[in-house]
Amino acid sequence: MSDFIAQTAERVREHAARKSPLRIRGGGTKDFLGASGAGEPLEVSSYTGIVAYEPRELVLTVRAGTRLADIERALAAEGQMLPFEPPRFGEAATIGGTVACNLSGPRRPFAGAARDFVLGARIVNGKGEDLSFGGRVIKNVAGYDVSRLMAGAFGTLGVLTELSFKVLPRPPAEATLAFEMDEAAMIEAVNRWAGQPLPLSATAWESGVLRVRLSGAASAVAAARAKLGGADVPDGGTYWLSLREQALPFFEGDAPLWRLSVAQTAGPLGLTMPQLVEWGGGQRWLRGDAELGPMRDAAQKARGHATRFRGGDRAGGVFHPLAPAIAKIHRRLKEAFDPAGVLNPGRMDNF
Amino acid sequence: MNALAQPPASSLESRRADVAGRLRECLPAGAVLVSAEDLRPYECDGLSAYRQTPLVAVLPATEAEAAAVLRVARETGTPVVARGSGTGLSGGALPLADGILLAMGKFNRILEVDPASRTARAQPGVRNAQITEAVAPHGLYYAPDPSSQIACSIGGNVAENSGGVHCLKYGLTVHNLQKVRGLTIEGDAVEIGSDALDAPGYDLLATVTGSEGLLVLLTEVTVKLLPKPQVAQVVLASFASVEDAGEAVAAVIGAGIVPAGLEMMDKLATAAVEDYVHAGYDLEAEAILLCESDGTAEEVAEEIGKITEVMRSAGSTGFRVSGSEAERLKFWSGRKTAFPAVGRISPDYYCIDGSIPRGAVSKVLRRIGELSTHYGLRCANVFHAGDGNLHPLILYDANVPGEFEKTEEFAGDILELSIEVGGTITGEHGVGIEKINQMCAQFRTAELEQFHAVKAAFDPPGLLNPGKAVPTLHRCAEYGRMRVSRGQLPHPDIPRF
Repeated sequence: MSDFIAQTAERVREHAARKSPLRIRGGGTKDFLGASGAGEPLEVSSYTGIVAYEPRELVLTVRAGTRLADIERALAAEGQMLPFEPPRFGEAATIGGTVACNLSGPRRPFAGAARDFVLGARIVNGKGEDLSFGGRVIKNVAGYDVSRLMAGAFGTLGVLTELSFKVLPRPPAEATLAFEMDEAAMIEAVNRWAGQPLPLSATAWESGVLRVRLSGAASAVAAARAKLGGADVPDGGTYWLSLREQALPFFEGDAPLWRLSVAQTAGPLGLTMPQLVEWGGGQRWLRGDAELGPMRDAAQKARGHATRFRGGDRAGGVFHPLAPAIAKIHRRLKEAFDPAGVLNPGRMDNF
Repeated sequence: MNALAQPPASSLESRRADVAGRLRECLPAGAVLVSAEDLRPYECDGLSAYRQTPLVAVLPATEAEAAAVLRVARETGTPVVARGSGTGLSGGALPLADGILLAMGKFNRILEVDPASRTARAQPGVRNAQITEAVAPHGLYYAPDPSSQIACSIGGNVAENSGGVHCLKYGLTVHNLQKVRGLTIEGDAVEIGSDALDAPGYDLLATVTGSEGLLVLLTEVTVKLLPKPQVAQVVLASFASVEDAGEAVAAVIGAGIVPAGLEMMDKLATAAVEDYVHAGYDLEAEAILLCESDGTAEEVAEEIGKITEVMRSAGSTGFRVSGSEAERLKFWSGRKTAFPAVGRISPDYYCIDGSIPRGAVSKVLRRIGELSTHYGLRCANVFHAGDGNLHPLILYDANVPGEFEKTEEFAGDILELSIEVGGTITGEHGVGIEKINQMCAQFRTAELEQFHAVKAAFDPPGLLNPGKAVPTLHRCAEYGRMRVSRGQLPHPDIPRF
């Protein structure tokens, strides 16, 4: 066992014995996300490096403190990528934090989320045990899928120490098209196109303009472009990068940012707030001061859930409340991985 | 042969009467089966070497009836084994002598197809292929396609996280699910997943997928559908050695191609299928590859060009590109019928499901050849080469005393070999009862304990399919003693790597 893992396990054991909470911290770029956790910091950003990367296997194993920027550079050198296009929200962003928050970018509805590409995870659970689940192969059904359970658990079930991913080749060609249409027409169009064999890789709509990205073989991108029409966006790459990093003007300023993850086909939410819709209608960003209740109602009506993503009062609850039977399973899972309740307690509101 | 210990017969009979009596109070007449004759169809799944008669079999038709069965189970402390179509290959649906066998066959309706959101909601007993048939008029399909897709149920697919031949590009069951509905042993109806692209809280959908019926009883499955590719074409390539074919597989991926399917078969397997379906395979080749491209017409033309180029420079001794849909299906027919074809050349066969890093293919196939010689049993290799999932088929005769035991040992060696090269004991068939001992080799005590704790979070009394998928620590201790008793290293005559 590496020194880092041994020391981390020891530290967790000490804290478990004293029931003293730990706040797991990588690059510190996601501090704004989730309910604010209590506890002494457990720094994990020093555990860095690529453990194994064999491009011809399409599999990458990294230490969880490795920066996303470093990983994406190594993949790009081999013409490959993390297909879920993770946002960084800062250069110090680590792969561990990305998986803990299950953060995915514009490509998510067409390629899959961070959780879809996790093949294996090595963790230190709340008892200070060094455990490995999943592995380095694409198909693996031995034991429960604990690795994917870690994605989006915000470190409340285990400290991520090493992660394996399926990676994919970068698409050889890309193009961005723009269309003027209202929200309802946009929702209809992006869902209709998603039901056709088109090389879609992202959609985003704001202020009456829909942008669509096509990625794939040059011939397929050209054919789809001819079929869909619309106006060519010459600096498409810059737009999608700014969207991924929430650097577009829409995201500027201090007004709270809400994330409503809803059914892709759900009609306009009808909220009088600035809105940006991506993920083929599935992810709707809203800006402004609002009460939790109405935002949750709006999300629920659209068959989804609401998250207070950035800003505002986090103490009142950040995530959508769970159905009682599901909450019961959550409580027991937390107990199963972290019986002393020392790992990021409260980061997911009640867990 | 029974995998699990038998309780004494007299207490079993009184339990049967008690449990059946309670079940009859809440289920329609005919939905509770107790006679030996009625129970026989349920005594095994697709892994027919293991058989066990259940205490009782029930065939509920509604979620309320299924909930009533679970209530009886809970109140009487009776284990429950759910069963879909019974095509599973790891004994996951093998009944327990003191347990209720819950057959989901009456849950056979597709409840909703929503072409706009590309989803279909089905009861768990619906067959995999039935979904694709139902949504085809909308130009959509359900991507995961296990070989048994005409028979296997979608509920079983979720339980096993089933794969198929298109996983590298389209993922496993877990990647193609929107949400599931189920019942906990405590009687709660739970919706796991959501209509959105994610759900709040922990990713319980991933946890339940592939949980082999140990966590919840599924009552509804909503799958994601994909637009049917306009065109598909397949390249059939021959190689003079298994190593060359393995190298070609790596070269295809290395060239930035993600084929829709990439399959390898060795000489013994191709000979068996050629004799059976006349797929047009090259009988001189030591190994053949089937490499499929799908997508728009332009994409496929471009990709097939690249694939043939890679095959040629990787030393293919000959290749053909399907010129029509009929020819494409003919090329695939051999691969899809490999198991029954092998069944024709041997009284019995045993299918393995190890998954390995692609780079270890040549090594592993060579070692399997050596083990084959050592045990004196033939082995045909069928391989999802694109995703590293091996299906060696060991040929044996159950009527020859000791041959099944030898086969099991051979199988165990292949699984442990898969672990040794950084792979896993099961890529897509599940652990069930079949690979339960090898779980002790793949996971350490603390990891197995964590699995048991996960089960307890969903199923505190431990009544859903107990004894499958995750071994008890006691069982691992027994197994460890057994392995050591055979000597420090099994088969000292075989070089290890």
